[in-house]
Amino acid sequence: MQNPSPTPTGEAAPSPSRWARFLDSDLFFAFKTSPVAIASFILSVVMIAAALLAPLLATQDPFNPAVLNLMEGLTPPGVTNEFTNKSFLFGTDPQGRDMYSAVLYGTRVSLLVGAASVVFSAGLGVVLGLMAGYLGGKTEALIMRIADIQLSFPAILIALLVFGVARGIIPPAQQEEATLILLILAIGLSNWAQYARTVRGSTLIEKNKEYVQAARVIGRSPFLIMLKHILPNVMGPVTVIATINLALAIIEEATLSFLGVGMPPTQPSLGTLIRIGQQFLFSGEWWILFFPAITLIILALAINLLGDWLRDALNPRLQ
Amino acid sequence: MTKNNNASGPVLSVSDLSLEFVTRRGVLKALDRVSFDIARGEVLGVVGESGAGKSLTGSAIIGLIEKPGRLSGGEVRLNGERIDNLSPEAMRKIRGRKIGMIFQDPLTSLNPLFRVGDQIAETVMAHMNVSRAEARARALALLTEVGIPAPESRIDAYPHEFSGGMRQRVVISLALAAEPDLIIADEPTTALDVSVQAQIITLLKRLCRERGTSVMLITHDMGVIAETADRVAVMYAGRVAEIGPVADVIRNPQHPYAAGLMGAIPALKKNVGRLAQISGSMPRLNAIPPGCAFRPRCPKAFDRCAAERPDLMQAGKSRAACWLVDQGVPA
Amino acid sequence: MNSGMNAHMNSGSGETLVASRDLRRVFDVSSPWLERVLSGEKKRLLRAVDGVSFEIRKGETFALVGESGSGKSTVAKLVVGLLPPSGGDVTFEGIAKGRQPEAGSVQMIFQDPYASLNPRWRVRDIIAEPMSALNRPADPAARAARVGELLTLVGLSPLDGEKFPHQFSGGQRQRIAIARALSSEPAFIVCDEPTSALDVSVQAQILNLMRDLQEKLGLTYLFISHNLAVVRHMAHRIGVMYLGRLVEVQETEALFENPQHPYTRLLIDAVPDLADIGRDRVPVQGEVPSPINPPSGCTFHPRCPLVTDICKAQAPAFDGRTACHHAGKAFA
Repeated sequence: MQNPSPTPTGEAAPSPSRWARFLDSDLFFAFKTSPVAIASFILSVVMIAAALLAPLLATQDPFNPAVLNLMEGLTPPGVTNEFTNKSFLFGTDPQGRDMYSAVLYGTRVSLLVGAASVVFSAGLGVVLGLMAGYLGGKTEALIMRIADIQLSFPAILIALLVFGVARGIIPPAQQEEATLILLILAIGLSNWAQYARTVRGSTLIEKNKEYVQAARVIGRSPFLIMLKHILPNVMGPVTVIATINLALAIIEEATLSFLGVGMPPTQPSLGTLIRIGQQFLFSGEWWILFFPAITLIILALAINLLGDWLRDALNPRLQ
Repeated sequence: MTKNNNASGPVLSVSDLSLEFVTRRGVLKALDRVSFDIARGEVLGVVGESGAGKSLTGSAIIGLIEKPGRLSGGEVRLNGERIDNLSPEAMRKIRGRKIGMIFQDPLTSLNPLFRVGDQIAETVMAHMNVSRAEARARALALLTEVGIPAPESRIDAYPHEFSGGMRQRVVISLALAAEPDLIIADEPTTALDVSVQAQIITLLKRLCRERGTSVMLITHDMGVIAETADRVAVMYAGRVAEIGPVADVIRNPQHPYAAGLMGAIPALKKNVGRLAQISGSMPRLNAIPPGCAFRPRCPKAFDRCAAERPDLMQAGKSRAACWLVDQGVPA
Repeated sequence: MNSGMNAHMNSGSGETLVASRDLRRVFDVSSPWLERVLSGEKKRLLRAVDGVSFEIRKGETFALVGESGSGKSTVAKLVVGLLPPSGGDVTFEGIAKGRQPEAGSVQMIFQDPYASLNPRWRVRDIIAEPMSALNRPADPAARAARVGELLTLVGLSPLDGEKFPHQFSGGQRQRIAIARALSSEPAFIVCDEPTSALDVSVQAQILNLMRDLQEKLGLTYLFISHNLAVVRHMAHRIGVMYLGRLVEVQETEALFENPQHPYTRLLIDAVPDLADIGRDRVPVQGEVPSPINPPSGCTFHPRCPLVTDICKAQAPAFDGRTACHHAGKAFA
């Protein structure tokens, strides 16, 4: 049934604030009534907050060799070290680095790479998708064929390729500093096609709606129509993909780092920590692998569940 | 065939039918004590604006209310027997056999994967005790009757091979297949061009007149009602505002809403100058005012309208839910 | 406000504001290239508008009426420039052939008020968009003041500018769309089925408002509708379209009293009217054929009760009033 009419005009109750409207929205109601959504949201927020506040929460700066004490090396979790009488929640690695602090900083790097690459790929994909959908013709054919080709390869392969090519171009002296940026670009470039496809689809729908035609009659330029009219109306699905992709990007970064082409041990991400840790697994020092790995799993799972829920919650009543 | 057990009574009798939607913002009353009868062979038009509850009334009668909607009171009787409390299984047997249905979009009534002749024959066999050959012969006869050209070849066509008007004819033949007592037609011509609409209305009128089938014709188009219906019920905000013989309601409406509605329709036969207009629009379900639901828009409202809800009262040949009628003042 | 039909009917100064000459629009509806080549299929062209000429006088409402597939909405899009014509042209008073009129002087009101307002924008921004696009007035405060005036003009409150479209009913949204169209002070507004998505009581409000605004502001309307009764109520002159062609153009009263083309007559007869209580009738046979493959000669001939051989062979020329070999002849 269609909605009949709103309150008569003239009385003009002031429009509620954005926040008040959000609290009253169907989306927030769906959130309130979904335990999975609440749990994954809290978990994500806690982990993101912990990563951001790593300098405050960590017991040491794990990358400052000066604070490391070799005597504390390979202390198991919760066990008091016999030389210094200190105990470590997650244990220590061979250099005496506190794994708890390392995991905090590692999560920070992982999230940074993940979030930045998502922003990059979403930005690229949205711009290309908008252009393909709105301009049509050859622009569309070109962009979408590239997207099709790229989607037929696994993202990790694309990322490896981009990363490898970029490494070949950059002089070795700057390679280590540039690694972070390269990783972000490589992961971002491997994921834009999905955004482009979705945004193109939504744009094709929106551009035939009468509000876009009205803007054209007024004489608005295609650029302004895409930016001010269509973009705000295609951001819903983009948010969903971005959330799910954040989890995927974090895993992609971990994979690259695990393979040894990602973050260097001097600036380790969770993936780097896992690569280091797996060397000690069979000699009994399980905690060096275990804590980074479980953190990665929980982080990816929480964000993924949140994204999944968001997709379901937005889907049936998108419009 | 035993058509009914009380030939004298109405085919359909709806009394105090109420329907509500349970939402997280509270319970919304979508139908509020709707009552009307449809006599044998009669065409009752149900007219109203979007959100008035006219389609919901039709769905409620045939038991097609989906969650979160639920019937909250009243009863529906078909040939004197209650059908609103039947099981979904029993209701399914009534739909098609006793009550035929025609919807706005013919494609919702037709299965795109089956030939139209098979769909009609299927319906005939499901409800009547006949062989497959007899059912097919009947399907052919029905298609001929509804004016499908070259029915012998079209009987094996798929729904998408028909034009919009022809498809609606197929749906009519499907609705009539089991010789129901009542047909509920919900906006049957809204999706069609005027020239095709005229064909469909003429067809529906002729068939039901010949067979003595009653029709509940739900539409927003007062012109279609004028041409087709014997009586008309005007609905507003989930209630019946006025019900009566079609000529009386159109020429001499008793309820101010019905009067406003008639004045708002541009006429084809003369230029009326400025159209009468009712200010505002129908209230949302969550904001139906107490007393008479039309009061905030009514030019003749007085104190009692805000305090008490009027029930249908006799006013000439019609019945109107308006306190003005109680006072003997025509709208 | 001076209501009544005489005041309404006398408007229209006689000067031509907009003229369409032999306007044509063809859509390519073939399958994609590769598929077409593989299946050996020919290109399929849909002649949505096939040589339509008319003039709209300053201050009048010129209506185009027709059933689905008549091309009336395509004409609307061609006139406002949303689509380029495949042939012919639209000229505006005092503007050279092929040139568009000054930005903002032509506006459009759309059918679906639920789709014609951007759901993410506040009403004040929606209404101000033509002004900000033209930067006229340049002062944002003056624009804001004008938004308030426009809201009042269309029967809403200036405070409504703060709200979002979903807070309004269909009729109120259409008022907002009208306010947006008026904000660039256009001389000419194309109205594409402006009330067909609305309920009758709301339709009456919008039609009355549009007539009031025409009187007050001297607007010229091109009014597209499938509803003959609405068109009769609104238009000074009416063009009847069938399968992409104009079959008849007449002053409103003349058209209803003395329709020349058999299609016009059948169309008028097909509309159910409040005055026809319980009427039985013989409706027009057949349905509108597909515009992809229209009938030969006069495209109406398969449905026409007056059809003769010449109708099948030769398309009738438009004589200024109608395009029919048997114009005005009585039905058998």
